[in-house]
Amino acid sequence: MNNSVIVLVEHLRGNIVDITYEMLGVGKKIAQHLNVPLLALVIGKDVSKLTPNLGLADSVLLLDDEKLEITPPQLTAKLVENVYKQKQASILLLACTNITAGVGPILARRLDLPFINFCKTFRFENGDLFLTSQLYGGKILSEVKLIDNKGIVGIYPGSFPLDAGKSDRTAPVEELEVPDFVPEPSFKKYIEPELGDIDITKENILVSVGRGIQNKDNIEIAEELAEAIGGAVSASRPVVDQGWLPLTRQVGKSGMIVKPKLYLALGISGAPEHQEGMKNSETILAINTDPKAPIFNIAHYGVVGDLFEIVPILTEKLKQRKG
Amino acid sequence: MNLIVFLKMVPDTVEELKIASDGKTLDPDWLRMKANENDEHAVEEAVILKEKYGGTVTLVTLDAPEVDEAIYTALAKGCDKAVKILGDWQNFTSPAIAEVFAKYLKENNLIDSKTLILTGSQATDDIEGELVYYLGEYLELPVYGVVTYVQYNENKNNILIRKEFSGGLRGEFEVELPAVLGIQAAENPPRYVPIAKIRAMMKSANIEELEFTQDFASKGIEIEKLYEPEVAGKAVMLEGNPEEIATKIVEILTDKGLI
Repeated sequence: MNNSVIVLVEHLRGNIVDITYEMLGVGKKIAQHLNVPLLALVIGKDVSKLTPNLGLADSVLLLDDEKLEITPPQLTAKLVENVYKQKQASILLLACTNITAGVGPILARRLDLPFINFCKTFRFENGDLFLTSQLYGGKILSEVKLIDNKGIVGIYPGSFPLDAGKSDRTAPVEELEVPDFVPEPSFKKYIEPELGDIDITKENILVSVGRGIQNKDNIEIAEELAEAIGGAVSASRPVVDQGWLPLTRQVGKSGMIVKPKLYLALGISGAPEHQEGMKNSETILAINTDPKAPIFNIAHYGVVGDLFEIVPILTEKLKQRKG
Repeated sequence: MNLIVFLKMVPDTVEELKIASDGKTLDPDWLRMKANENDEHAVEEAVILKEKYGGTVTLVTLDAPEVDEAIYTALAKGCDKAVKILGDWQNFTSPAIAEVFAKYLKENNLIDSKTLILTGSQATDDIEGELVYYLGEYLELPVYGVVTYVQYNENKNNILIRKEFSGGLRGEFEVELPAVLGIQAAENPPRYVPIAKIRAMMKSANIEELEFTQDFASKGIEIEKLYEPEVAGKAVMLEGNPEEIATKIVEILTDKGLI
């Protein structure tokens, strides 16, 4: 059957996450094309207050229960599976984020449907839906045809406009019965982000280092530049995973979302997970040895070169300038 | 604990990637393969858990170019045993690979009440991208991903795990064993092992090689085409020698009132 398109609403601690609006905008277009209603499914605890924000949907489906604050992927999948079948849905959109990670593959397996993750764009051709995903750290795009317009699609955050997913109207809300199979929660508690010496989300200038910095000792080169320019040092995931800088300095999907006036990306390839955290910086200047590094697709200024040759000279010039 | 780690080889994206003449796959001649980074973190977490709580770590891989070096490195880090499933797996995507792993574990009765299966939380070399959850489903075990911390409670035979959300926020979950975990980052960075130790492993260690049927239900999604992203052309590229480039950068930052 092909009777609806469902968006699995992403929310965290009582707030709708922006990706939800991206998905609603995409979902609306697909639903209109297939001439079926768009349904927004919200699963969580105390989530009925979120429904006024979901007016673009033709109706909102609500699964609201104490036990559903943070559900593990297999439980979320089981709940969505019930709704998918009940509503005879064809396409399910969900967020390609840490919060929803896993729900797509589990559902794909249980419903015997394709799962297309990392989706950035879509188009219809002769009635068929074609989806484009980014692979290999954003270096290659792949296009897939969704057979019979049925499947599960993971939308990559920051790929679609938020405005297209917002509406002033109010959608009717259908409260669904919480199934008996919901167990006692495995979720125990939140662990708040550690407070660091520096809050990178509040800095005007960030000197950010990636894998290209090569080792812990080289961080000093970035520290010196940051001092000369009046900024702070941040990093991409590999640098933090190596223990070269603390978690509080991490920019990207799991780390911080930053929007400084100037973002200097040193030896950062610009994988999608990193871009998610910094692409709205006012000015981005990237130095990388790889001319095909995805960071150059979003940078305002780019240098194909060796940061170890350029940065010390730049630091010296900035120091001289300050006098 | 009975710790089992799956590691797969993926193209090194630092290298240039060329699309093959079929337009749907990468040209293997241009690929340099390396262990999936999240999988290396899974190896590290398994070795950390072994050191804390005892037990053994078994590494399981699919045959692929350069995989032997990855295996010997993992053994040098503290894995006790390594298994390589032979065959040409190049065009197999996450669901199919998960099915292979699951069959191997089930057919050999390798899962007991103290088993924890670890692999990387994700890889970027296929459209499904999240092998770990398929694995949980094929094995019918609880599965959690984006994990950065694991603590074992021997009395309850369960684990306390931390999963990342966003903005540095994490959540804590309690999970019964046996279970499957997708590791995002190990508690500590993957340890360094000297080349000499890896070479010594190559001489002394034994990799168990296994023949396996490739007749599987799930083959993954058929890709219509692969292509390189259009360079937005937004970036103004600065050229010259390092001295000239540094001067240009200072000029730009001055013009923009940033310094």
